[in-house]
Amino acid sequence: MSEPLLEIRDLKMHFPIKQGVFQRTTNYVKAVNGVNFTLNKGETLGIVGESGCGKSTLARTIVGLLKPTSGDILFEGESILQYNSKELHQLRRDVQMVYQDPYTSLNPRMRAGDIIAAPLKAYNQSNNLRKRVLELMELVGLKADDYKKLPHQFSGGQRQRIGIARALALNPKLIILDEPVSALDVSVQAQVINLLEDLQEELGLTYLFIAHDLSVIRHISDRVGVMYLGKMMEMSDSESLYKNARHPYTNALLSAIPLPYPMKEKKRERIVLKGELPSPSNPPSGCVFHTRCPFATEFCKGNVPTLDEGNDAGHFVSCFYPIENKQEEFARQ
Amino acid sequence: MLEVKNLKAHIDTPDGVVKAVDGVSFIIKPGETVGIVGESGSGKSVLAHSIMQLNPKPPTFYPQGEILFEGRNLLQLQEKELRKIRGNDIAMIFQDPMSSLNPVFKVGEQLMEAILTHHHMPKSKAKQRAIELLKDVGIPDPEKRMNAYPHQFSGGMRQRVLIAIALACNPKILIADEPTTALDVTIQAQILELMKNIQEKYGMAIIIISHDLGVIAQMAEKVLVMYSGRIVEKGNVEDIFFHTSMPYTWSLLRSLPRIDSESRERLLNIEGQPPNLIHPPSGCNFHPRCPFATEQCKLIDPELTKRSSNHFVACLLSEVEFKEAKRLMENVEQEGDLKHV
Repeated sequence: MSEPLLEIRDLKMHFPIKQGVFQRTTNYVKAVNGVNFTLNKGETLGIVGESGCGKSTLARTIVGLLKPTSGDILFEGESILQYNSKELHQLRRDVQMVYQDPYTSLNPRMRAGDIIAAPLKAYNQSNNLRKRVLELMELVGLKADDYKKLPHQFSGGQRQRIGIARALALNPKLIILDEPVSALDVSVQAQVINLLEDLQEELGLTYLFIAHDLSVIRHISDRVGVMYLGKMMEMSDSESLYKNARHPYTNALLSAIPLPYPMKEKKRERIVLKGELPSPSNPPSGCVFHTRCPFATEFCKGNVPTLDEGNDAGHFVSCFYPIENKQEEFARQ
Repeated sequence: MLEVKNLKAHIDTPDGVVKAVDGVSFIIKPGETVGIVGESGSGKSVLAHSIMQLNPKPPTFYPQGEILFEGRNLLQLQEKELRKIRGNDIAMIFQDPMSSLNPVFKVGEQLMEAILTHHHMPKSKAKQRAIELLKDVGIPDPEKRMNAYPHQFSGGMRQRVLIAIALACNPKILIADEPTTALDVTIQAQILELMKNIQEKYGMAIIIISHDLGVIAQMAEKVLVMYSGRIVEKGNVEDIFFHTSMPYTWSLLRSLPRIDSESRERLLNIEGQPPNLIHPPSGCNFHPRCPFATEQCKLIDPELTKRSSNHFVACLLSEVEFKEAKRLMENVEQEGDLKHV
């Protein structure tokens, strides 16, 4: 087992809802509500969930853009919440982020080369600046004459490459990728995923990969965490999660994805979840998933399940009635 | 029922003429589901909007082609006659349920408007029909929800309302332009299920447009694959997914991360970007990105040719040649993997 790079301990991020003339806090949006996980060096952890499950808030909290309500974030064994501004400045060199929307995350008035050079300047590494930038551009598959171009002259995929080059500029240890391919076309998406995989191999990077697309997550991740309403529902290595999903929510998510196989697709038994995502400001009591869960009982309404390791080592699930053995179930069918 | 013949829809821009749809032909029979798949900018939405005659003219113009609906050419009809067909015979649902509803009118009013535009009936009766429609699309408590405003609905619910509006006049064709792209997977599954159910109940033909090959595989019986304004492959779903004969479709399928794949094999890189539609490449539009392109492909623009009873492909490679090329490429990939190890 390699050593942990990032540890998240019971992390909570609640946003106050203010109402009335005096802007009194009437309630909280519990965007992230008690999340635990460890990210080891060199691995890719995928976080997957529907919109509003708190996956982006989680990312923003880890890079220090938001101050969590409670819990702890340990980076290389040190709590980053205790850091002063100087230490935070150093931390941001080691933890970089790539954003979802390549159209708004680049300054439209800056040239591609200057965008990639910006982090280097911020950390006083201006020696051989142009050489380093050109190196980075080559690394992500941009041409040298792209240096002087403005963001609008690039396509979506190329812009995402600029964003990746910018994140790589300071040799970070951890890169947080928040839906890096969801705004891209299928053929371009494959290019960016392949690039990310190559870079990881070449530079030994650690990725926290956030996406709503389960197929992309499976492709790129070593381990996967499934989030729902600010909580981690299931977490395991990706092999085990996709073959033996134990949480009813994961199972429903997997069955909701249309496969590009018409024959299989038409035969497949689909679990269609009833209803919609409840509001995170007023999450259901007990297990947050009980309102949509096909197996929920009275017990689930009153008691909160914890993320426990089952018989499978390393396969954590937060459910009172996890699906025990899917293979057996298949055999019966 | 609907026949599109060699349709061209071009758009005038300051930089030149964009050939958004460039010679597309297909037929839709009553009750069938046709999927149109392609990347952004492949012209699938312009095609759908052409059928409804919703493209603003100018800048859009139709230099060639016919859209025959029950024998009448929609391109030559007056606006007044078109209005009778739009919404009544051919209805459409759009990608973004957030912006397709008017935020200042109640959902019930918008639904009743759709009914009353095409049918003369007392308001009370229209209201009854509206409630019935909301029930059909699975909105709980429809009497109460009639008086709600769009912002009080979630994305999935709004898409249900839009489907209800589209159903208001029992259309013969329902065009769904990326109906689930803005929705989460679990909600997408609900909406796709709903569309299947209403098709069974109302028996209309559905044209579903999507960039998601999975959605197409699930919904469609026939598939049109579009690339830079043209149909490059068409056929039954089985033909498209199992007897893929066009390099573009094949690369698209290979570039998709699979949720059911055992190994984490590398995704196929389709090099480059979709072409510029003002100055499309010479010859076959796909040749600059095609892994199998030959010198010939730069010169000759392939036409859709028949491969089997329903399967048409626009590629210079014959079936045997394509199989051989695929085999060679897979061998090279394997060797590459071995070297890597």
